[in-house]
Amino acid sequence: MKITRQAFLALLAAAARAFSKPRRMAMAIDLSKCWKDRGCTRCAQACHAAHNVPRIPDRRREIKWIWEERFENAFGQESAGPAVAGAPVPVLCNHCEHPACVQVCPTGATFKRESDGLVMMDEHRCIGCRYCMAACPYGARSFNWSDPRSFLRTLDPAYPTREKGVVEKCTFCNERLARGQQPACVEVCPFKAMVFGDAADPSSAIAQLLRTRHAFRRKPELGAGPNVFYIL
Amino acid sequence: MTVLANAMWGSRAYRWWMAALYAAVAAGVLLWLRQWNQGLVLTGMSRDVAWGLYVGQFTFFVGVAASAVTVVLPYYLHAWKDFVRVVILGEMLAIASVVAALLFVFVDLGRPDRLLNVLLHPSPSSLMFWDLLALTGYLALNVILARAALAGPPAAWNRALILVSIPWAVSIHTITAFLYAGLAGRPFWLTAAMAPRFLASAFAVGPALLILLCRAFRYDAGDEALRKLRLVMTYAMTANVFLALMEVFTAFYSGIPGEAAHYSPWTWLSGGFMAAALALALGRSRYAPAAVFASLAIDKGVVLIPAGFIPSPEGAVTPYIPTAVELGIVLAIWCAGALLVTVLFRVAESYNRRSCPHHPS
Ligand code: SF4
Repeated sequence: MKITRQAFLALLAAAARAFSKPRRMAMAIDLSKCWKDRGCTRCAQACHAAHNVPRIPDRRREIKWIWEERFENAFGQESAGPAVAGAPVPVLCNHCEHPACVQVCPTGATFKRESDGLVMMDEHRCIGCRYCMAACPYGARSFNWSDPRSFLRTLDPAYPTREKGVVEKCTFCNERLARGQQPACVEVCPFKAMVFGDAADPSSAIAQLLRTRHAFRRKPELGAGPNVFYIL
Repeated sequence: MTVLANAMWGSRAYRWWMAALYAAVAAGVLLWLRQWNQGLVLTGMSRDVAWGLYVGQFTFFVGVAASAVTVVLPYYLHAWKDFVRVVILGEMLAIASVVAALLFVFVDLGRPDRLLNVLLHPSPSSLMFWDLLALTGYLALNVILARAALAGPPAAWNRALILVSIPWAVSIHTITAFLYAGLAGRPFWLTAAMAPRFLASAFAVGPALLILLCRAFRYDAGDEALRKLRLVMTYAMTANVFLALMEVFTAFYSGIPGEAAHYSPWTWLSGGFMAAALALALGRSRYAPAAVFASLAIDKGVVLIPAGFIPSPEGAVTPYIPTAVELGIVLAIWCAGALLVTVLFRVAESYNRRSCPHHPS
């Protein structure tokens, strides 16, 4: 049988569709649920324990993957009316659609995974130039100014530690996703304020949530396309 | 290479000067080893202010390197014969400055042992990749040109390289400006005036430094050459201050909160220095070259980079105070640059003596 070039290409395209429809992992944080306990920091604790993120006493050199910002600092001064000014907002890497950090990285040590949109970090390739920290508009990245291991009080042997001189950040828990689990912060939240899933799949909980509720993102004017959404 | 060997020897004062530079460089190496051992925690940089003096000084020295064009272009394209003795100095200065700039990148890295990853995993979307290529290419060009200039009158291939080196010099500083001027999240740097201003300040700093070096080394460049260098410096400094004022206008008249927030007392102080230096240059003061050089070394080399990080995108104001280790390493790289300049200038000088036996010096 003779296959024409067109038929061959059509076949190829069909195969590509059947095998891998790229997913787009996203998170939505319902702030009204989050604010049921404004002092709660369980998400950050769970994340940092699961990923061996050290607690460094010098605040200027701290490492954080998910943390709390005041509403007006996360979304801009004039976005916060008196009802929300000062309220805590959990912030983390947005796993942007157009990540500035990936664009500027001179070695490809940080890259966007095609299959699900996660912005990943190869700490073994990073040269520690911190260009990504200058480029990220969300302050999502931390640098290991010194050896982080000496600041670890407990060590989870299931997850690697890092060394001095490289950058790190939230990974959307790719190691847990691979095991079919939800991210650590999503799982631990007592108010189920965080919803995580494949936004490209219309039947997923996150896709339905984004369809029905008004969701907003940080600094939409920059065009980074954050995949962390907030609902209020 | 005998020329180079001769350059290493000289008077007693010269030997002391060289010994002091060697000592400073050696001390810098020791400090850097400490930094390598303990991490960049030994500097004043932080999560919010991720770049500091090292990147600032890198930027400044790329400018000095690019400024060779202020003597190369008039001499080769416009046949300004007065520059016959300074053009080689300009090329020598470019060599020393690129080396210093590359050293500043090196000491800034968290994992300098992985520097080659930039070439092993080339990333064309990153301007740092292009900048490193442009800088190493520029270094090679200038080494070839300087060696050829010492060997004799320019051959045809040599002239072609000179023509290439002119836009290349402009490109290194333009790409360096693009490192910063394309970052959506850093309003202080996000300005189309960044590259033009970098070039203007570079073209002021280069001639200023050449004048200062001619004085320091008692190098007879000729009165007319010095006068023209001063002229270039004054015009370029005027353009630089003008562009700085344009930035101030946009930042403040637009009223966008994130813009004006980056202007701190330090930025104003540095702007004041630049204005004062310009006033001296316009008044033809003897101190103008020193003032122009110092004010731009501060503005580009010290203030520009931290100011982009303060406040952070979340509005946090984290002060940046360089540490003694950081200052020591910066000083050592300056000394390494001075060492190179000294040796290279002596080479140029001995060459001039050989080639112009009737020169009254
Ligand atoms: S939030 Fe910052 S670190 Fe995360 S993907 Fe976007 S630019 Fe990169």
